Amino acid sequence: MLEVKNVGLTLKGDEGEVQVLKDVNFTLEDKKIYVMTGPNGGGKSVTAKTIMGIHQPTSGRILLDGVDITHKEIFERARMGIGYAFQQPARFKGIKVRELLEIASGKNASADTCDHLHDVGLCAQDYLDREINASFSGGEVKRIEIATILARDLKLAIFDEPEAGIDLWSMQRLTETFEKMNKKYNTTILIISHQERILDLAAEVIMVAEGTVSEITSREKILGEISRLDSDCRCRRDCSRGGKAIAGCDR
Amino acid sequence: MLDAIDKKLLAEVADLHEIPRGAFNIRKNGQGVERNTTANIDIITKKDKPGIDVIIKPGTKEESVHIPVILSESMEDMVYNTFEVGEDSDVLIVAGCGIHNPSGEKAQHDGIHEFFIRKGARMKYVEKHYGEGDGGGVRILNPKTIIEVEENATAELEMVQIKGIDSALRETEVCLHKNASLIVTERLLTYLNQTAESNITVNLLGDDASAQIISRSVAQNRSKQVFHLNMRGYAKCRGHIQCDSIIMDQAQVSSVPEISAFDSDAQLIHEAAIGKIASEQLTKLMSLGMTEKEAEETILKGFLK
Repeated sequence: MLEVKNVGLTLKGDEGEVQVLKDVNFTLEDKKIYVMTGPNGGGKSVTAKTIMGIHQPTSGRILLDGVDITHKEIFERARMGIGYAFQQPARFKGIKVRELLEIASGKNASADTCDHLHDVGLCAQDYLDREINASFSGGEVKRIEIATILARDLKLAIFDEPEAGIDLWSMQRLTETFEKMNKKYNTTILIISHQERILDLAAEVIMVAEGTVSEITSREKILGEISRLDSDCRCRRDCSRGGKAIAGCDR
Repeated sequence: MLDAIDKKLLAEVADLHEIPRGAFNIRKNGQGVERNTTANIDIITKKDKPGIDVIIKPGTKEESVHIPVILSESMEDMVYNTFEVGEDSDVLIVAGCGIHNPSGEKAQHDGIHEFFIRKGARMKYVEKHYGEGDGGGVRILNPKTIIEVEENATAELEMVQIKGIDSALRETEVCLHKNASLIVTERLLTYLNQTAESNITVNLLGDDASAQIISRSVAQNRSKQVFHLNMRGYAKCRGHIQCDSIIMDQAQVSSVPEISAFDSDAQLIHEAAIGKIASEQLTKLMSLGMTEKEAEETILKGFLK
């Protein structure tokens, strides 16, 4: 359903141009759940933002159901059924949870709205009429961010580190919610995560490092690799490569 | 007596679509046109100068007073209104000025509103300013509000000015006595070449007096805004000013804070911020399917609500 072909991205920073993505290639199939993982700063969020249109690729193409969306605007991609839950969500002075969820779903708040909040571990009664301002904790804005994606009818939902700020009790509920969204609404889901519980959901795991896809693999292989590292790697503490699977520790 | 333009102005400034219930006084082009009093609220025309005295009996509950002013031709209008809010009463006062200036001349409304909120009383005062007109005539508003809040009394002020007024100078002065409290919410949007200046001085005179000013403004095009928010604590009191402005285009905004304490138990805080619409807010709304323009309007509407 989504094809990312040879995508490259160069951004202008304070110290001149930086190539943040190069030759990114992968395909997402209909109705599957994918997890994207890899080291910090490796290009996961930038890849997700390039799919949403927040960054326009400097090379390559992106196709959604065969339609070239490479140069489409953010709102056009949103209307075509792509959604992105930000890693660090925005707060809005004067906009209530109810209003943001109504903008997301395109209709008035209903029983579904309450369900979406319940799915992220928030009580609708307590939250619907609160403004999404500085009085919200990091965990609360994160949950509301996820709810704005649940409220939409999407072909492709991207979640950027949804576990950040979510306690373990709610994690169980969150993974169930992703499964429900996938089965009930046939949404293809791409989750950026380092969490084992979330990796468990993945049909395929996309490894991103150094600005490109280094490997597309199965969760069994990744989880196996993590446990091998945990049990085998005696040098882990002082391993110069940080003892990470993707760092290529060859023990 | 009231024509279509008058009714539109009334709807904008006083949320009134018809003649209101309760006490009211409608002033049009410098003349009183309609008035109603109730058993508890009296309205009397001043003898020495233009304006009215509104007298609310002690213990009056859940009543309202509407005192809209309409200017539908070019002129200069000046009023002095005095409000006596009796002990332990609880009332809503809605003032507002709508100017429809179709001429190329100047239309100006200056008002001095003086309030005495007696012991234990609560007053909510809503003041809306709105201007329209197709001519090149300048619309000017210079409201001055003086409020005395006595022991255990509460004043809540809501002051709104959205577009329409070319030049506004708003002076507000409040004195708070023992255990009195004040909440001011100010909403301002200027555009084109408009200028708006708001000077608010709050004197916290008695122990346990508290004051909160929440000011939010948007400056668009080449408009200019100046805020002087001044809090002075003379006793064991609490005061908090939050002044937030969104600046766009070639607009200019000055926010001049002043807090002064004359007692070591006074706690005063001033927060002021001026900035563009946060880009992450725009991006989030666009990722929910809004165009940039729609996202901008949604953010500004929420901000000024």
